[in-house]
Amino acid sequence: MIFAVLPDILFYLFALLAVGGALSVLTRRNPMTCAASLVVSVLSVALLYFLLSAHFVGVAQMIVYAGAIVVLFIFVIMLLNLTDRELGRGRMTLFKIFGAFLALSVLAILAPGMRSMVELEPSGGPGPAYGGTAEVGRLLFGEYLLPFELTSILILAAMVAGVVLAKRDLTPKRLFSLIDWLLALADRLSILRSPQKRERKQGGAGGEAE
Amino acid sequence: MRSQYIPVLIQLALAAGFAGSLLVLTHLFGPSRPAAAKLSPFECGVDPVDQAHHRFSVKFYLVAMLFILFDIEAIFFYPWALIFKGAISSGLFLLIEMGTFALVLLAGFFYIWRKGVLEWA
Amino acid sequence: MMAWAMEWVPVLIKILVAFFVVLTLTAYLTLAERKFSAYMQDRCGPNRTGPFGLLQPLADGIKFIFKEDVIPTEVHRTYYVLAPALLLVPALLGYIVIPFGDTLIVAGRTIPLQIADVDLGILYIFAIAGLSVYGLFMAGWASNNKYSLLGGLRSSAQMVSYELTLGLSLVGALLVFGTSNLRDIVHLQTGHWDLGPLSIPKWGIFLQPLGFLLFLVSAFAESNRLPFDLPEAENELVGGYHTEYGSMKFAMFFMGEYIGMITMSALATTFFFGGWHVPGLAALNLSHNAAALAGVAAFCLKTGFFLFLFIWVRWTLPRFRYDQLMSLSWKGVFPAAMLNVFLTGFCLYAFHRFM
Repeated sequence: MIFAVLPDILFYLFALLAVGGALSVLTRRNPMTCAASLVVSVLSVALLYFLLSAHFVGVAQMIVYAGAIVVLFIFVIMLLNLTDRELGRGRMTLFKIFGAFLALSVLAILAPGMRSMVELEPSGGPGPAYGGTAEVGRLLFGEYLLPFELTSILILAAMVAGVVLAKRDLTPKRLFSLIDWLLALADRLSILRSPQKRERKQGGAGGEAE
Repeated sequence: MRSQYIPVLIQLALAAGFAGSLLVLTHLFGPSRPAAAKLSPFECGVDPVDQAHHRFSVKFYLVAMLFILFDIEAIFFYPWALIFKGAISSGLFLLIEMGTFALVLLAGFFYIWRKGVLEWA
Repeated sequence: MMAWAMEWVPVLIKILVAFFVVLTLTAYLTLAERKFSAYMQDRCGPNRTGPFGLLQPLADGIKFIFKEDVIPTEVHRTYYVLAPALLLVPALLGYIVIPFGDTLIVAGRTIPLQIADVDLGILYIFAIAGLSVYGLFMAGWASNNKYSLLGGLRSSAQMVSYELTLGLSLVGALLVFGTSNLRDIVHLQTGHWDLGPLSIPKWGIFLQPLGFLLFLVSAFAESNRLPFDLPEAENELVGGYHTEYGSMKFAMFFMGEYIGMITMSALATTFFFGGWHVPGLAALNLSHNAAALAGVAAFCLKTGFFLFLFIWVRWTLPRFRYDQLMSLSWKGVFPAAMLNVFLTGFCLYAFHRFM
């Protein structure tokens, strides 16, 4: 019946969409079209995870990649708002040809390995809870605890890097300390000191103007 | 397990068909009387000045970036929350595990706060 | 073949009925909003089409369809046309995992009153809700209008900020229930605690008061409603991301927004107010089907209350400023949600250990 072949049909449909979307990201000139194609590609991969019964991974892919990372890309595209002239015409540079060659050779090396790694007939099939959120949790907080904890360091590094890149010239470089922060908080909260401060600030500004 | 999602597929087809047919119907049934003023971008009655695509504040980029990072954090909270009740006897251990993770990120959060990224003024 | 039909015909019927009900509800929600708004401002509201203006949504719909489909010259046509659909489709996909009643027994078959009983439950809704931001983006960017672009950017930044807090505010509830399946969550809330003479239903609100508050704030912001309707702040941005839209395309943005409101109200009911559970119904000894139908009615009433709350709040609170909105999310709701998560976890552990 149709339900027997439905997974296969869906697999080929989503695989095609994933690859097609990825190719379109590479070939299109308009950055917004590229981002839209990337969303299609990312969502198709999420649906492929669903077909493999990896439900939590599929949802994570949708929330993190489609819902957050591509959103960041679009923000950057809108932030820059490059015109067609600034984007320039698409040219075949040596660098691009080299890149394509590199990508294809990586694929050629990986593909045979991937084929041999996949167990074509899994014995007994996955259990009912396989790929569910709780199952992932059991693995994540048991066997893979250390990588999980290290992820937090990675995220922290990304956070600091992003802030430093975006706000490089806006704030003075000062070491962060809790005491510093508490002092600043106390400073902001104190009503007694603020009028004096404002006065001093105004005086300073006036002096410069003169 | 997979068949749970078949209604979702049906609903997706229905929703897409509905949205598509609305777009087509309104295009077919509506009159078409184009005029230069009607088709120009709306700018409170004045002629449009310049292109609309300007560059925007880096704040939006920072918000999106913070959102990604904390969204990844949130994603890790869900499996943790779902196994917590079942493994309540080792609950303190689970709390410490997640507490360490969150503490590192909270340090980053306070760094961000301190750096003034969260100020919009 | 018969067994196959027996399995899928009820599913199809449920999908179509729910689709019809949600769309009708959306239409009448616009009328309710206008009526309640009118009463709160001492006006009459729409009362010309049909008795008490009851045919107003129908008239609106017909009018939208027959309006000119203006596509301004400066827009990026594909994305401009696609944007309303990109907003509407995720909205229509969200509500189907929410259980609106227990089971009905028809001709010996048990039919759960829910369209898709998905184990991921709430995670599925988060994943779908995350996609609706693209509709706003596309609309704002493709319109090639300054107000639209600014509105689109604002609303996207707002939506992602509050999506985060929306997700985190429910982690506490997930800790308490230990499952993400919405049907199981409602089942866990049926029953009572007996505290001396008082009998309190086991609803989530009593275990997660802070979580509920944070969820409510995030839900209001996520559905772009006052006091968080900055994206369409008409006195600053004309119409926000839908400034350049007319005819049915404009209506589709509104349908998306109202369906989002319905989904959020239904979620609040499911997580914090026991879903279809009616306190004290078990004592009446109704037949299974009658009890289920009473449950559906209770679910609708509770959801309706939250929908009314959306309208009520609209005329009670003034609009936030954009910087206030963002700092409320990042400096207020986000830390509070984290606190709620660990407080809940600690209380659960302490309860297990010492009680």
